[in-house]
Parts: sequence; C-alpha cells; structure tokens
Amino acid sequence: MGLKRNVSLAKALRYKGQGPMLTYVLHRIGGLGMAIFVTIHILSTFMGTKVGIFTNSIYENWVFQIFLFFFVLFHVINGLRITLLDLFPTLIEHQREAIWVEWAVFLPVYGLAAFVILRTGLGG
Amino acid sequence: MATPTKSRTVPLTKRGLNFEMLMWLFTRLSALAMYALVLVAIIGALIMGARTQMNMADILRWGFMPNVTHVQNTNVPDLASWSSPFWKILASLMLLVAAAHGVHGLVVICDDYIVKPLGRQIVRYSSIVFMILMMLIGLYVIWTS
Repeated sequence: MGLKRNVSLAKALRYKGQGPMLTYVLHRIGGLGMAIFVTIHILSTFMGTKVGIFTNSIYENWVFQIFLFFFVLFHVINGLRITLLDLFPTLIEHQREAIWVEWAVFLPVYGLAAFVILRTGLGG
Repeated sequence: MATPTKSRTVPLTKRGLNFEMLMWLFTRLSALAMYALVLVAIIGALIMGARTQMNMADILRWGFMPNVTHVQNTNVPDLASWSSPFWKILASLMLLVAAAHGVHGLVVICDDYIVKPLGRQIVRYSSIVFMILMMLIGLYVIWTS
C-alpha cells in the first residue's frame, strides 16, 4: 500500500538520500508546480482579459519569478541528466559525478537569471 | 558505495515492451524534443534582435513558449516577426509535446499514492480527458493571440 509507510515522518525527513534524493524531490516538486502553473496560465488567458491580468500580476511579480525560474530550470537541467543516464544506462555508475556536473551547470544559469530578475524587480 | 558494481542492463529482447515502457521512453525523448524546440526559439529570438532588446529572463520565457504575448512587455519595437505562422506552429508543437509529457508525469506521481487498479484506471481516463481539453484550449489561445 502506497500510503502505509513503515517509517514516521520525522524519520523520513532525516533520511540521508543525499544528492540523488534531493534531485528527485526537487524534480517532482518542480514538475507538479509547472503542471499547476501552466494549467492556470492557459486557462486564465483563455477566460479573458480580467482574469488574465489578475494572474499575470502574480506571475510577473519578481518573488514569484525567482521561485518559478528555480523549479523550471532545475527540472529542465535535471531532466537532461536523467535522460542521458537512462538512454545510456552504463553511465549510471557515474550518477553522483553527473549530479555534481548538473549543479555546476544549474547554478550559473539560474544565478544569472535570478540576478536579472532581481535587478529588474528592484527597479533597475 | 564501498564495492563498486558494474551496472547491468537488460537486453532489448528480454525487456517488456508494453504501453508503460513506451511512455517511459516517450518521457525521455519528449524531453530531448523540448530541448530542441527551446534552442530553436532562443536562436530565433537572437536573430530577431533580442540581444539588445530583451534581458536573459525574457529570452528564457520566450524560449519555453514562443508566443507573442511573452514579448509584449519587453523593449522589442516591432512584434510582427514574433507572431509569424512559424512561431505559432513551433508554439503549438511545444504545447502538444509538453502537455503529453506533463500529464504523463502527473499520472506517474498519482501511481505512487493510488495503488488500487480501479483508482489507477480512473486516473488514466481522467488524465486523457484533461490532456485533450488543455491541448484544445492551448491551441485556441496560441492561434488567437
């Protein structure tokens, strides 16, 4: 049964999955978040200007964009890592190294985007 | 971690080739397809003059969905070339691939928590209805904006 776990929540939070576990959690949160974001975005644009302007005022807020770009870019870059390791399964031995490379790619790309968003958001 | 083991791979003939396996493969291949679409959109934006008229975050926003409404609030003076049929077709492709990829992702997440066959059946049928509905609404939004 999926919901009957043998570990308590406190123990689960202390689970030392380390790098791979962290990417799995962030990938899942990002994917779920994007599905909700895109659904609301399409529906509000479809329903017309009034609703569209209201949701866009949230989406164009710099605080929202900082979170959005984090999860979208992480999902995109982590997804490429998953795709490459899955399509070339012998590379899975180097999964931990691949995750380090992934962070080395993600941090500069996200850092630059976050810098631009912050500078624009804080009246630059 | 102490003893490194050689990773084993099952030969194709011994792998179960069913719908779930094909969707697993589709998730990976659609990810690569979306990478290609994003790259085309970003290169196209740079050719159309984004280098001096848009910041990096705006180019990424256009890259993820090349819809003309995504460049309305930038310094681009003429939006005509950004709303050509080429970009509408590219945006439609992005929408269809992303919707299929995303809805399948939601089904995978649901499978982690819904384990009864009936529940999984309901999730699958409702996800197909949801996906087709969102594709139609999205296409309408792209081609009328």
